[in-house]
Amino acid sequence: MPFYVFPNEIEVNWGLFIVLYPYITGLVAGAFIVSSLYHVFGKSELKPLSRLSLITALAFLFVAPMPLLAHLGQLFRAFNIMFTPHLTSAMAGFGFIYSFYLILCLLETWFIYREDIVHYASTSKGFTKVFYNILSLGAKDISPTALNTDHKVVSILAAIGIPSACFLHGYVGFIFGSIKANPWWSTPLMPVIFLLSAIVSGIALLILIYRVSSWLRRQEMDLPCLMSLNRYLWVFLLLASVLELLEVLHMGYESKEEWDMVRGLLTNEIPVTYLGVQMGFGVLIPLVLLPFGRWRRLSAGIRQLLTIISGALVLIGVLAMRFNVVIGGQLISKSLAGYAQFHWRLFSNEGIIPSLFILSLPLLILSAMVRVLPPWMGGAEGPKKDSMVTPFNIKLQPKASGNK
Amino acid sequence: MVKETFTRRDFVISATKVLAVGILAPAGALPAARRISALETAQQTPVPQLWRGKEWSFLIDIEKCIGCANCVGACKKENGVPLDQEVYRTWVERYLVDSNEKVRVDSPGGGLNFRQLDIKPEKQFFVPKLCNQCHNAPCIQVCPVGATYKTGDGVVLVDRKRCIGCRYCIQACPYGARFLHPILKVADKCTWCYHRISKGMLPVCVQVCPTGARKFGNLKDPDSEVATLKKKARTRVLKPDMGTKPNLYYLGLDEVVK
Ligand code: SF4
Ligand code: SF4
Repeated sequence: MPFYVFPNEIEVNWGLFIVLYPYITGLVAGAFIVSSLYHVFGKSELKPLSRLSLITALAFLFVAPMPLLAHLGQLFRAFNIMFTPHLTSAMAGFGFIYSFYLILCLLETWFIYREDIVHYASTSKGFTKVFYNILSLGAKDISPTALNTDHKVVSILAAIGIPSACFLHGYVGFIFGSIKANPWWSTPLMPVIFLLSAIVSGIALLILIYRVSSWLRRQEMDLPCLMSLNRYLWVFLLLASVLELLEVLHMGYESKEEWDMVRGLLTNEIPVTYLGVQMGFGVLIPLVLLPFGRWRRLSAGIRQLLTIISGALVLIGVLAMRFNVVIGGQLISKSLAGYAQFHWRLFSNEGIIPSLFILSLPLLILSAMVRVLPPWMGGAEGPKKDSMVTPFNIKLQPKASGNK
Repeated sequence: MVKETFTRRDFVISATKVLAVGILAPAGALPAARRISALETAQQTPVPQLWRGKEWSFLIDIEKCIGCANCVGACKKENGVPLDQEVYRTWVERYLVDSNEKVRVDSPGGGLNFRQLDIKPEKQFFVPKLCNQCHNAPCIQVCPVGATYKTGDGVVLVDRKRCIGCRYCIQACPYGARFLHPILKVADKCTWCYHRISKGMLPVCVQVCPTGARKFGNLKDPDSEVATLKKKARTRVLKPDMGTKPNLYYLGLDEVVK
């Protein structure tokens, strides 16, 4: 096999930032779907996460366009994608789909929190009071009828949100899947694979965020809630990995001209991130560990631990999957005769450190958001909200006096 | 190699820009006054005088190419493509096929740095490559802002004032013909020297080729060399299965060439 890469392919064009983009949007879509499981499908065991999952989605959504923008050669022309969209391009939809989804998430969050916001506004003083008054947008009616309407609106928004989340992420898959020039990308399964792995990563992320936030708040995790996440994670992980394998098996069985290149890619160029991290750590081990996490003979502590470890592995596995698609695909030279080299950079544009910075941003945003809009809820059987919780450590007066 | 000249300061600057635009992004959701993209302008313009009766086409006679790479150097100078970087609007590949049908391909420096090899190949030939100005160009299809478009006389161009540098077109071109201009940070590729051909001159690579391996002309002019050759000779295009319908034809192209 000759080794030849077209001279223009010496530099890999889409770097780590473009790996982050599908990763982050995937986390958004996944976290949102978890929140919808509660709000739309009434999975009451997920109640402790019903709000946390939504604002997690929101925090990641804020950051989603940043790696894309940072990657553009002409940052200040970014809005042309909305001013002069070229509609045969999958990428042209980004601005619209993103904005639509952002508005939807913001609206849903506002309706869910409206009662609390009004309550915080009436029980706080000074700047905080002004702040919550502004957040309430003047809608101060918290009569049972009004709250009932809120509730209905939330269900509707959450229901619209499910197909939107699927679209948001399926569309990201299409950006890659529709490139016929690239044998590792070009498959109609790509949007479905991206969507399923997005759901998987969102659930895994919530498991970890739930663990960390409970630990920071010195609260026990709600076991039924965790077990429910465990079950969803397992099912979606199975579906995602079956499709991923199907795609490779199909290519291998058909053995068209490009297969040699794809096989070489998986076994020689990215075996560590593909076979090791994505398939081994990210799929096989969690698929085995998760059922043990649900095994009632084991103690609650061990079951929690197994679920959390699986969550962490899955989260890393999905990141590796994004890497293997985005970078891996570009390593295959279009000469079908050699592989380009990917250079890891530490600090320069699209290097490891800026990437870690972008990855940590949503977590920073989230930790600020939970102070303003505390999302903590008890388990399915518990009280409606944790009574302890207040934003900015406001001392809550008894609700009755605050509502006058 | 591209040098790493990215400092911490640059990082802070670009991070600030990203943050600024990121925060402004939701504002973009407001219905914006729709401007017209370059592609739409090209589609809507009634055929200007310049395009009337013209369909440019390119033809390369493999037998005649001696691999001197005059074209590669001349192209870089003519079109402002940095000489010292690994980006090419045109390049020349060398194929060495030995008796066991083993193929060796290389194109060091786009063909500018070929070195004598001490192997005795069964057959050896050079293949100049450049943008195919595809009739059904995937690079046009995927450009999110319509910065890549086709002129009425058959050339695919990039509008440098509209390109946002997303590099989607680079991914979509099956021929590796595109790159990000290292200085201008917009997509770049061969234009068949549109600035020259629209003034009645030849593309610079055709002009400097000492053997006449590169041929260029108007398909709609039945007396032009490309038109006669296309009619008489057996020609092939690259990767026909991609459905891109190239407008660049080869005479005597070996099947090992991708
Ligand atoms: S060769 Fe590549 S850059 Fe040129 S028109 Fe075809 S797809 Fe576009
Ligand atoms: S890099 Fe420029 S020409 Fe290419 S797809 Fe993006 S905007 Fe269009």
